[in-house]
Amino acid sequence: MKKKVKTVSGNPEASVPDGTETVIQSEKKKKWRISKRERAERRRTAFFLTPSFLGVMLFFILPFLVVIFYALIDNPTTANFVGFSNFEKLFSNNAFRLALKNTGIFSLTAVPLVVVTALALAVLLESNIPYKSTFRTIFLSPMIVPAASVILIWQVLFDYNGVINDIAVFFGADPVEWLKSDFGYVVVVLLFLWKNIGYNMIMFMSALSAIPRGILEVAMLDGCGTVRRFFTIKLRYLSSTLSYVTIMSLINSFKIFREVYLLTGDYPYDSMYTLQHFMNNTFSNYDYQKLSSAAIVLCAVMIVIIGILLWVDNHVGKGIEE
Amino acid sequence: MTTDLRRNSASFPQKPKKKKIRFRRVLFLLFALTVLVTFAFLFLFPTVFTVTNSFMSTTEISANYGKIFTGLGISGDGGRVFIAEKVNLQLIPDRVSFSQYATVLLKSPEYLLKFWNSVIYVLPIVIFQLVVAAGASYCFSRVETKFRSIVFFMYIILMLMPYQVTLVPNYIVMDKLSLMNTRWAIILPGIFSPFSVFILTKFMRRIPTAVVEAAKLDGASEWQIFSLIYMPLCRSTLYSVAILVFIDYWNMVEQPLILLADQELYPLSVFLSKINEGDTGIALAIAVIYMVPPVLLFLYSEDYLIDGIAYSASVKG
Repeated sequence: MKKKVKTVSGNPEASVPDGTETVIQSEKKKKWRISKRERAERRRTAFFLTPSFLGVMLFFILPFLVVIFYALIDNPTTANFVGFSNFEKLFSNNAFRLALKNTGIFSLTAVPLVVVTALALAVLLESNIPYKSTFRTIFLSPMIVPAASVILIWQVLFDYNGVINDIAVFFGADPVEWLKSDFGYVVVVLLFLWKNIGYNMIMFMSALSAIPRGILEVAMLDGCGTVRRFFTIKLRYLSSTLSYVTIMSLINSFKIFREVYLLTGDYPYDSMYTLQHFMNNTFSNYDYQKLSSAAIVLCAVMIVIIGILLWVDNHVGKGIEE
Repeated sequence: MTTDLRRNSASFPQKPKKKKIRFRRVLFLLFALTVLVTFAFLFLFPTVFTVTNSFMSTTEISANYGKIFTGLGISGDGGRVFIAEKVNLQLIPDRVSFSQYATVLLKSPEYLLKFWNSVIYVLPIVIFQLVVAAGASYCFSRVETKFRSIVFFMYIILMLMPYQVTLVPNYIVMDKLSLMNTRWAIILPGIFSPFSVFILTKFMRRIPTAVVEAAKLDGASEWQIFSLIYMPLCRSTLYSVAILVFIDYWNMVEQPLILLADQELYPLSVFLSKINEGDTGIALAIAVIYMVPPVLLFLYSEDYLIDGIAYSASVKG
């Protein structure tokens, strides 16, 4: 509650001390009176934010400050300030570098892939296709079905003696140890696509249907072809959705640990070692310093990426919203 | 948009062109349907197989998949039954059997206990997250101050952070409050997750201020405006958010693995990966039971879900 009251005093009028109040000119007084009423309203509405704000502070923000503190000291008992040596140690850690490399490669390839595929499917579905809603339901279904439920079938498919290898042998290729080699990466990408295309597709579909018909029809009368209409008009209207879908897919690409864990357990092959595996192992060692600095590095990377995407969104999408 | 083309050409009758367009339309439809059907098949494949295979008898399953799961070295009784050289994925079981379901539902309560664990985590999270978030969104959408826009921005950043970042602070708090390895360690952070605040605020900002002004003239208190005007208007959005939150937490894997040490407390989503290696038939049956609640919810309210996803489709209000 205390925080709320402070907000109100963030307002320039409100921060004027009582003694100087008498000096304020009549014009300012008018403002003051309005802001007084507003102030009451602010105070009353602030009440509704309190539970959420306190919870977020307690469970996320304050402990994050502790995380920053932990990242800068040598260990919690002696608490000597050591500057950035924890980060140096972290970056010389092989497991962390492997996890970072895998996650980076995965996000850089899987995210564009899922965005483009989802966009293509959305465009197809939005072009007067029969059974549109049936297809939509089917594409959305992997999001609904818990990954844990279907993981068994993925194992059956990608085992060395599994179905995919059977098919590969039938076509004359060599069988591959899908889950215990670098090909594990392919399996993870497929799982990621399977899980996330539907969600992204829905976002694109709603954005596509929101494009004003008039503009498209005018362009058509002027002899603008389907392909050109897509790239010059629709894509511009989609730019904001595009950047948001990219952000969401990026975040979901960090969640791929779920599927990898369900598929392979705690100790996957190197190509499937994710950041979450690194975190889990570090948690079980109670290495707060490593953990904290890893969280901060990741947080910083995410803020930079999200910032870039939002900036691009602000500058590219201009001139569309009237 | 091809129909628009047709409409246009109808108003300026040009016979040969129309024919060409219709031919191209058919070609396009053929192409699109081929692509869509292929994708649809690939998308449904794992789910359908899980469901149909759960009705196989134990012998049939080990005959088909024994190779894989004895290969993992967990189940030692692989020698008892015939195991095929190759894995053999079969859509329709030779004989429909409910024995796995009988085992799961009647004979061994431990699986149902894990299912119950999932329910205990997810229901309070969904309900209280909505309550807390509705209040916060009301505050964000009614009056805008500098402080509140900063807090809202903080919520967005928090929402976009991956678990690998937020789990560390969570872990530290739970450790300090000595709630580690209790159900609260999962439920409390879940309740205050800012995801639903984000969607609800975006919806509530669309409610015209005139409505609020009118209510205030009639002497409505803030609580009355919130409960009698905002909540009824938000009902469908609340429902969409509830479904999204439910799906997210029904699937959780990361949080229980880190915040719970005791396997007794694991939700079924984590526990399923542990039984996969043992008894395949039971794993299939419990997997199907586990997907029933979200699937029912989905079939019952697909439109709400789609609205919810569409609402979340832009960071800007």
